[in-house]
Amino acid sequence: MKIIVCVKQVPDTKGGVKFNPDGTLDRAAMLTIMNPDDKAGLEAALRLKDEYGAEVTVLTMGLPKADEVLREALAMGADKGILVTDRVLGGADTWATSTTIAGAIRNLEYDLIITGRQAIDGDTAQVGPQIAEHLQLPVISYAQDIKVEGDSVIVQRQYEDGYHVVKAKMPCLITALSELNEPRYMTPGGIFDAFDKEVTVWGRANLVDVDDSNLGLKGSPTKIAKASDKVRKGAGEKVVLDTDEAVAYLMGKFKEKHII
Amino acid sequence: MGLEEYKGVFVFAQQVDGVLNGVAFELLGKGKELAEKLGTEVTAVLVGSDVKGLADELAVYGADKVILVDDPELKNYRTEPYAHALASVINEFKPEIMLVGATAIGRDLGPTVSARVQTGLTADCTVLEIGDFPINPIPNQEQKHNQLLMTRPAFGGNTIATIACPDNRPQMATVRPGVMQKIAPIKDAKANIVEFNPGFTPNNRYVEIVDIVKAVKNTANIMDAKILVSGGRGVGSKENFQLLEDLAEVLGGTVSCSRAVVENGWLPVDLQVGQTGKTVRPQIYFAIGISGAIQHVAGMEDSDLIIAINKDEDAPIFDVADYGLVGDLNKIVPALTKALKEAMAEN
Repeated sequence: MKIIVCVKQVPDTKGGVKFNPDGTLDRAAMLTIMNPDDKAGLEAALRLKDEYGAEVTVLTMGLPKADEVLREALAMGADKGILVTDRVLGGADTWATSTTIAGAIRNLEYDLIITGRQAIDGDTAQVGPQIAEHLQLPVISYAQDIKVEGDSVIVQRQYEDGYHVVKAKMPCLITALSELNEPRYMTPGGIFDAFDKEVTVWGRANLVDVDDSNLGLKGSPTKIAKASDKVRKGAGEKVVLDTDEAVAYLMGKFKEKHII
Repeated sequence: MGLEEYKGVFVFAQQVDGVLNGVAFELLGKGKELAEKLGTEVTAVLVGSDVKGLADELAVYGADKVILVDDPELKNYRTEPYAHALASVINEFKPEIMLVGATAIGRDLGPTVSARVQTGLTADCTVLEIGDFPINPIPNQEQKHNQLLMTRPAFGGNTIATIACPDNRPQMATVRPGVMQKIAPIKDAKANIVEFNPGFTPNNRYVEIVDIVKAVKNTANIMDAKILVSGGRGVGSKENFQLLEDLAEVLGGTVSCSRAVVENGWLPVDLQVGQTGKTVRPQIYFAIGISGAIQHVAGMEDSDLIIAINKDEDAPIFDVADYGLVGDLNKIVPALTKALKEAMAEN
């Protein structure tokens, strides 16, 4: 079985964020981690590898420094790493990103593609399903459990009020939730090996069946009109009232805010 | 693509098991407002199997028209037949705006459909308005009017971005449940239904639903809670947390606590908010009998609305609270619970 896991190097959003003058994120200026949902997806792939035997390829799109996140994945047990990086890909929205990643994946053989549900920087949950759409694959989002049975996957697909057990024939694409598992740590041997393993670097020229007009900032249908740091809110109103007045005051606020 | 061909505001009216999701009504409310600004109509897109009976309810909440896609293949949500239904509606009727709830269904359907109809999608919007793009004129660049401006938080809530989709149609957005307001119901409204069936032929992308499991309510995850009723040392005892439980119950919320409460053994550590506990961002956070040490505030200051109740007028929690009540929680909390119960019984 061949599994491709898409991972993203994301800014650790706890550390604050920085912008370029054009309103896009200045990724080079921030501390980074492997996106948590992606890491769960990688762990799921590694468990399938442990159980059934599989070749796990991790693929990322990003700046050259995103090599780090591939090394981490290799140290956890992935077999191959592919970095898609090119100046012309910068500033991509989810449409341009998914177009790019699909273009890279068209070079590869696979039975299963796993992505994280969403990345903690954008929080959109769009790239996984959009890759599936570009590749004409069945998609199962929000996976909380993944099993393989013959040529099919059996996935618990999470909803707000429970889950569906969904069966899809491979090849297919699954988006993984963090709660899928507890990702393993890198092993010392793995870390050692990871720096000997080769990471393949692809650029624009390696993307298959992709038009220039669908790449990067220019190829993104969505445009940032403005972006700003969140304004920290200060103190609101403070009132000293007797019980009945206090309750009436709060109920008034709830009505104003359409809470009740 | 002739952008001017695209007219009208469409709303995906999510239903599961023949019950419309509240977000459908909320989106109709917002959709109506946007449609009025654009001088057009709001249309609900109702997708399912044997769901025609739900159409009038959509009219009651403002739908000028209901496009009904009804087919046995659409009985339970699956990405492919639903994406085919919605994408076909978009291709046939050409709306300028398509709104979808940011639910576990919408956040799967939205991206799939946007990729299929080759347009942009902005996720989890908190504000939708009509305006110009670019917002301020830029030399040598056309400023387009009547654009959908979609505002959303990003980077873990650290930033706010406003996004436009100036060159593709429809302009698509998902919106979280509970963000927009539904209109006051139009009594006895009858739907103007347009039936549309693009044909459903199962292919490799149709997955099979083997089983449907409805959740057994397990232990509350305070990070997912929309409403948290959080108590601190000031609550006084383990038993007294019942007051908070009662308030949480009436609001459909969850009880959480400060570190002092865990140290006193009143509540387990998985309910603890703060630097050594969990970081939460609910829609409403009640801080009851919590002084507001910096370590606690770090874990809850991003809540949408913070309500503090404390007898100490100088408690630092009041510095981050939207509404602060100085008083006795033992009196205010039960009285508030009672008032909420009564208000909800009326609705």
